[in-house]
Amino acid sequence: MSVDVSAHSYWIGYKTILIKEVTRILRIWPQTLIPPVITMTLYFVIFGSIIGRRVGEMGGIDYMEFIVPGLIMLSVITNSYGNITSSFFGAKFGKHIEELLISPLPPWIILAGYVSGALFRALSVGFLVWLVAGFFSGFFMHNALVTISILVMTAVVFALGGFINAIYAQKFDDIAIIPTFVLQPMTYLGGVFFSVGLLPGLWEQVALGNPILYMVNALRYGMLGITDVSLGLAYFMIVLFGTLLGGIALFLLKRGTGLRT
Amino acid sequence: MNALEVRDLRKVYRNDVVALRGVNLEVAEGDFFALLGPNGAGKSTLIGIVSSLVNATSGEARVFGISVQKERSRAMAQIGLVPQEVNFNQFEKPFDIVVNQAGYYGVPRRIARERAEHYLKKLSLWDKAFGPSRQLSGGMKRRLMIARAMVHEPKLLILDEPTAGVDIEIRRSMWKFISEINEAGTTVILTTHYLEEAENLCRNVAIIDHGGIIENTSVKALLGKLQVETFVLDLREPIDSLPEVDGIEIIKRDASTLEASIPKSRSLNRLFRVLEEQGVEVISMRNKANRLEELFMRLVGIDEEAA
Repeated sequence: MSVDVSAHSYWIGYKTILIKEVTRILRIWPQTLIPPVITMTLYFVIFGSIIGRRVGEMGGIDYMEFIVPGLIMLSVITNSYGNITSSFFGAKFGKHIEELLISPLPPWIILAGYVSGALFRALSVGFLVWLVAGFFSGFFMHNALVTISILVMTAVVFALGGFINAIYAQKFDDIAIIPTFVLQPMTYLGGVFFSVGLLPGLWEQVALGNPILYMVNALRYGMLGITDVSLGLAYFMIVLFGTLLGGIALFLLKRGTGLRT
Repeated sequence: MNALEVRDLRKVYRNDVVALRGVNLEVAEGDFFALLGPNGAGKSTLIGIVSSLVNATSGEARVFGISVQKERSRAMAQIGLVPQEVNFNQFEKPFDIVVNQAGYYGVPRRIARERAEHYLKKLSLWDKAFGPSRQLSGGMKRRLMIARAMVHEPKLLILDEPTAGVDIEIRRSMWKFISEINEAGTTVILTTHYLEEAENLCRNVAIIDHGGIIENTSVKALLGKLQVETFVLDLREPIDSLPEVDGIEIIKRDASTLEASIPKSRSLNRLFRVLEEQGVEVISMRNKANRLEELFMRLVGIDEEAA
């Protein structure tokens, strides 16, 4: 009769959320895994192969190779954010989030489960985009540890951001506003397609206020060995945003904002 | 020990609606308890607070002595909830829904699968276990939510209108299942609009109205408060004039149907004796209305005509 509440039971709860999320991502793979790969293939064909040939080199690197880390980062960010917003808001909208809210699971386990699900999708898509990139420009890796750690940490930061968005969202439009009007411009202006040094003085300073710039450049260092910013500062920015967003997400979840009346 | 103890529970929503006005309630371990009340009385808010879906404004709810407000995780581990509205992911399979719910309560996957099979079979859903849950009928969806609530084998099962909109055959099979669960030791709290359900199943009852408990007693004691019962008598032959019996009010519903309102102090024998003397043959007899329903309407002040 009844269940015990222990670290082991929390571990089972965490695994259950993760399995459920992974099953959902794989069940609807034509929506979750394929579209970003097709979009990125088009980027490689148009910007890399067709326009890139005329651009030549950027930062001493062939332009096709130069955009690979940025496009992988773009995929990771949008899929991490998009996965958690659609999954968590969908659960809230369909009321099946109540299955978790009435369970003994503490907020941090629920958050960890959803963030891990988003991480799975982001890294899966990132890996697929990397495979596509390999077809166009060959495979290259300067520092695997930096590459993987930056990808994982960035995916976690944006999953946390998406979680907060989903908590406050009241309708499906609310989970589309930030990706369209905030994330996408920040990512495109975060040095995916260009080196920040190309910007005129003032705009370069403005660009340095964009956290995504640090993430893209840190990944570019991991894959190509070049960066416009300090690697240490990039790690610091990611940890800072991760801690801040994680704290806010946990606080809101614990308080039941948007979830409990 | 009490399965549920509620002390001075108040809930004021942001729009200043006062849903609960200092509710006090105790439900003993092993009880089969009915929580009755008209729409908007505060039943769902009370259940919401006990199951932690609603934050209390003040007061405390304790489940088997564990405070919902202070030790939420431990308290929730004791409860299984069947909500009023369907709240599972309709894109998932019934088997996965039940297995996942077990996982949230820390039940290992192998055991969760065995239990899911057991409860889905018990609730006649096994043949639908691996199909899309959105294709289940309304009754099946409710049974699925009962299986889901039972999979971690809670000590307290709360059912919020579990049989609403369910046909009588399914309703009776659900009653049987819930009664078996209660007999096996699980405390059951039931809210229902079918007062026949409460009368047949429950031992104790609380009636909530305007956010306060207005009656909290045993079903037997509550029914004992009924002073007059009305019976409907079906006659073999139509009659022209009304029979007269001292102290019993008789009215004619139609030519071959009578309604007799009999105070508890009077015997039914006398009614039948007079009818026999007058050559009126009764072929069947039944209660005019559910007895608990009559009491309920009186307690919450609903005018029968208006209702």
